[in-house]
Amino acid sequence: MAKILAVTIIVIAIASAVPIVMHIWPLPQDISLHGHLIDEQYTDTMWEAGISFLASQILLAIFIWKYSKPAPNAGIKRFPGGAAALVIAAFVLVGTEVLALGVFGAKAWGQAYFTPPSADALPVQVQAGQFAFYFRYPGPDGNFGPIHPNLISEANANFYGLDTTNDQDSKDDIVTAEMAIPVNREIHLLMHSKDLGHSFYVPELRVHQDFVPGLDLSIHFTATKIGKYEIVCTQLCGLGHYNMKAYLEVKSQADYDAWLKQQAALQ
Amino acid sequence: MHDMSAHAVHHGAPTSFIRKHIFSLDHKVIGKQYYALALVAVIVGMVLSWLMRLHLGFANFAIPGLHLLSKNGAPGDIMTPEYYLQLMTMHGTIMVFFVLTTAPFAAFGNFFLPIQTGAEDMPFPHFNMMSFWVTFTGFVILMASFFVSDGPTLGGWTQYAPLSAVGAVSGPGQGTGVVLWAFSIAFFCVGQLFGSLNFITTTLDMRCKGMSLMRLPLSAWAWFITSIMGLTAFAVLMPAVILLILDHIAGTSFFVASNLVINDSLLPHSGGSTLLWQHLFWFFGHPEVYIAIIPGMGIVSHILITNMRRPMLSHRVLIYSMGALAVLSYMVYGHHMFVSGMNPISSLAFSFPTLIITIPSTIVVLIWLGSLYGSKLRINSASLFALGFISMFISGGISGFFLAQPSIDILLHATYFVVGHFHLVMAVAAIFGIFGGTYFWFPKMTGRMMNESLGQLHFWLTFVGAYCIFMPFHYLGIAGNVRRYQAFVDDYLIPLIPVHKFITVAALATGAVQLIFIYNLIYSRFWGAPAPDNPWQGTSLEWSTATPPPHNNFGDKMPVVYHDPYQYSVEGASSDFIMQTSPEPVHSADEEK
Repeated sequence: MAKILAVTIIVIAIASAVPIVMHIWPLPQDISLHGHLIDEQYTDTMWEAGISFLASQILLAIFIWKYSKPAPNAGIKRFPGGAAALVIAAFVLVGTEVLALGVFGAKAWGQAYFTPPSADALPVQVQAGQFAFYFRYPGPDGNFGPIHPNLISEANANFYGLDTTNDQDSKDDIVTAEMAIPVNREIHLLMHSKDLGHSFYVPELRVHQDFVPGLDLSIHFTATKIGKYEIVCTQLCGLGHYNMKAYLEVKSQADYDAWLKQQAALQ
Repeated sequence: MHDMSAHAVHHGAPTSFIRKHIFSLDHKVIGKQYYALALVAVIVGMVLSWLMRLHLGFANFAIPGLHLLSKNGAPGDIMTPEYYLQLMTMHGTIMVFFVLTTAPFAAFGNFFLPIQTGAEDMPFPHFNMMSFWVTFTGFVILMASFFVSDGPTLGGWTQYAPLSAVGAVSGPGQGTGVVLWAFSIAFFCVGQLFGSLNFITTTLDMRCKGMSLMRLPLSAWAWFITSIMGLTAFAVLMPAVILLILDHIAGTSFFVASNLVINDSLLPHSGGSTLLWQHLFWFFGHPEVYIAIIPGMGIVSHILITNMRRPMLSHRVLIYSMGALAVLSYMVYGHHMFVSGMNPISSLAFSFPTLIITIPSTIVVLIWLGSLYGSKLRINSASLFALGFISMFISGGISGFFLAQPSIDILLHATYFVVGHFHLVMAVAAIFGIFGGTYFWFPKMTGRMMNESLGQLHFWLTFVGAYCIFMPFHYLGIAGNVRRYQAFVDDYLIPLIPVHKFITVAALATGAVQLIFIYNLIYSRFWGAPAPDNPWQGTSLEWSTATPPPHNNFGDKMPVVYHDPYQYSVEGASSDFIMQTSPEPVHSADEEK
């Protein structure tokens, strides 16, 4: 029985590793300037975690196999080095491993969060609400008009609560239900929620940030590949949570300019 | 070392049915009551997971009779999106609180902590009785929310604000459903605070003669450490849920910011903090993970030692490691909030302790492995589940390497990778600890043996089944599959639906296998072979008393302890084990003072 358990553990461990090694369900493709740092960190961690996983499961299996049928008068054998050796091994091996992961991982995190956006980053605003994202571009004046929460109205399609009659900056703001950005241009995404907690997750862009009601947050990124991607909400926000999504279109600068012009005409 | 038994609260054996079986002061009856509550809760929680998996694996699957549970939630027996979330929330809440905390800690701890310390009961039996009945009331309140007009809350077991705090305007179940949820959890907290106080005082003040702290078995140490965590963690959750209740019924705005607009109307709240809830919740929530798993570590160590016929390589190192896990668990909670909008420097600050907590976890695993080396391992249902626990704990723990790093969390946060991680490491592992504990201690608790063949069959099918369910969750998460979705409508998620179908089939099959356990439990309780006092040739105090133990645990004579808890395979001894109560002298390198 013990031998069957040992074999089962080894089979499960190897079978678990196969889809990872074969990349059957891989990470989504990376279309961002900063994503390679995250992906490298992920790959390093996968190596370390994978080796630890296989080594410890196989060791468990070997010991179960070997020590389950002792001779009737066999004594107890002590692990060479005893507990002290194992404690030292844990501190040295795992300690080094996690410190290395922590230090190198901090670099990838810092790249995403500790560097300010460049001065010429394109500002785009996103507002999350049950169960849709709305995007806002500042128009030719480069300024976003103020938001008046009491004016927010889905019924009147005034999603941002803009007062285009009295607020000069609001007059040329462009509000859209889909997000388009130019390729290879840094985007400074200004995020706020109108109601509850939501999240902005584009797996391909290696961007993931919650919306926090009451806080204005911002992230910045550069998309490097033209295409159409999905923006999904990952923060449970109610019954339509699963369906809260929008498309992100990464376009050439010329296509983006044309798109923006077309959206401006629709306002 | 204390001999406080003279100070223990003496209460005579009850004679009436109500005082004997319902409002009992006896820790053993209370332990069994907690076990029964956990059993009912786990059946409800598992049925909920079946319903969820059917809905996820086979979209718009009509589940016969579901409309009887909720007319609005399942018209035509097909689950609505909100009903899926409501069942999901109840599954998580029931499992985390009323199963994973209740069974390994409150149930086994109540029954065995006083016996393993050599006490005749806990020092505050009335508090102990209240602890169970308050917890039970919490469970009844939670179940009641199934039957209110718009159903239970849909906000997830984490109940993030402001979804949880603004009331019915944010969705079905978010009014009365949340209030009932919050009351239920508040009652649960009170119950666990009473219980933890009793556990701590039992360990510190009720030990019998000769029972120094280091002579306590590892299971007792695990319950003791967990009770200290229970006292501090539930003491934070309780005020948090009270503030949540006030946001609902008293017009306060603890967790709701200003100027929020829902359904085109401006909410009256102002000035609250969304992140405050997350900080309070996870300050409880992460220690809670260890409240669920540390008792399992203790139980599994206790079972393995008995079945390896040797002590662990180091008793003290295991105790210190469990202690380190408990302390560190309060310093890591921010890893749940890396992308929450918390200061990104805080994310790094929480990342390092999270990575460091793998060191005591690794030490525990290495001590188990190093102790298996050169042992005389017996295979039975209890030891199989204990070994399965180790395998699950390794598998679930290692994925923590990824989630401990904020940069990788950008990829994996709120995906099925997280679901796979926590189910393996705290749910399946803890449940394997419960199963192991049940097969091991059932004879002592009931006076009858469980059926060994059925136990082993139960293990094999559950072990393979649990891996089939939870390992693929990791692959889904790597591919970006977001959790808490009732359907997968995104283009990039549609190719992953076959994996969900596989998981659903595995979950239904593995769930059905649990009927073997329930049959074995009920059959053996009434018709199992009579159990001897010490069926596994164990050494700790529960094996030195009668089966089942008498009302005051040890009969006329209180035990006196002469040894460390695990004197197995001692050279020159008269048998391969020496009980703690045996005055036989021991001269062994393993005897730790």
